[in-house]
Amino acid sequence: MEKKNRLSILTNGIIKENPVFVLLIGTCPTLAVSTSLLNALGMGISATVVLICSNIAISMLRKVIPEKVRIPCYIVVIAGFVTVVQFILQAYAPDLNKALGVFIPLIVVNCIILGRAEAFANKNSILDSAMDGIGMGIGFTFALALMGTIRELLGTGGLLGHTLIPGFSIGFFNLPPGGFFVYGMLIAILMKVTKGKALKTKSFSCGVCPMYNSCNLAEANEEIAAEKAAMTQKGAQA
Amino acid sequence: MVNLIVIFMSIVFVNNFVLSQFLGICSFLGVSNKMSSAVGMGGAVVFVMVIAEAVTWPIQQVLNKFEMGYLQTVVFILVIAALVQFVEMFMKKYLPALQKALGIFLPLITTNCAILGATINAITFGYSFAESMIYSFGAGVGYMIAMILFAGVREEKLYNEEGVPTSFKGVPLILVSAAIMSLSFMGFAGMFQ
Repeated sequence: MEKKNRLSILTNGIIKENPVFVLLIGTCPTLAVSTSLLNALGMGISATVVLICSNIAISMLRKVIPEKVRIPCYIVVIAGFVTVVQFILQAYAPDLNKALGVFIPLIVVNCIILGRAEAFANKNSILDSAMDGIGMGIGFTFALALMGTIRELLGTGGLLGHTLIPGFSIGFFNLPPGGFFVYGMLIAILMKVTKGKALKTKSFSCGVCPMYNSCNLAEANEEIAAEKAAMTQKGAQA
Repeated sequence: MVNLIVIFMSIVFVNNFVLSQFLGICSFLGVSNKMSSAVGMGGAVVFVMVIAEAVTWPIQQVLNKFEMGYLQTVVFILVIAALVQFVEMFMKKYLPALQKALGIFLPLITTNCAILGATINAITFGYSFAESMIYSFGAGVGYMIAMILFAGVREEKLYNEEGVPTSFKGVPLILVSAAIMSLSFMGFAGMFQ
């Protein structure tokens, strides 16, 4: 029973609660570094390492960290691991480090990592938190790799620097707008395949944000949702 | 002087933080559903970004002096978190009107990657103090412009989703609209170097 639970925690992050396609978090790095498969994998693996380590550390410290200052505590723990990853990349993969640029230090404010610390690691045992970190990390890496593959293949006609389709390239997919476009298309396909059941939220909202509890914006958003519902009802009546 | 203008224009239009560098996307997509929120959030980001830059730039010089540049990430995020708290308390006490307009957006800003991104970028590019101040101000203004434009599009055009294929309703529609807007900003590419 115990083992089965752990396995479901692991697969949860990969499919049912995929951070990028289902929870719609971590959008900044997803759009920015998915221009090529190599960058996407590099970013995904770096974030996964930080996520697993921070989940374990925060789970260990969950009884020590005071409730009121938990967010700054999480940020310090995460920033420490990010610095470690940054050093490793600088030493062993300087080209990748240069390509990812500012997005490596920005793993600190990645909603996925802070969000998992807040939603999972501070409530669960160390082993469960590690499993959650691995699952979410794989889910994130998979999503990035998928976007990276599509964008690199269509944008340059090759993969990982090898040309697969000579003379074929649609520059649009390598440019920033291509990122938004591919992401939108993938979510549309996901909605079509699952008949709209996959997404928990119908629009971008604050529900998954790690700052949700301390933020008043949620109320404003709920107001808008109510307004919109009223409007559609009116439209239906008319 | 010319240098400063070029930095400002290039960060507002050519290298717009949101639409061509993908910094601050979470809040860009999350808060742009209403014009008033978009303006408030944009204003709060400009405000905090400039203050954060003014504080982190001297700190980096101190870190460099003691050869501790590697502490950048840890120190910057902590300073920004503390700063946001402090600004919130200060505003509550002395500027209640401003607090009312921007206050609710402040907690969101700590984890906004645009702020940390701007401070780190200014250091990486080796800007002087004046240049980094202009850079971060421009980054904030660019964020605000993108935010207001997109909120306008969403309020006017995407409010009613009639005629949109079912699978495109909601999130995909927003993303594709953002793609079109980002495409239009590509028109500025190469204008300022």
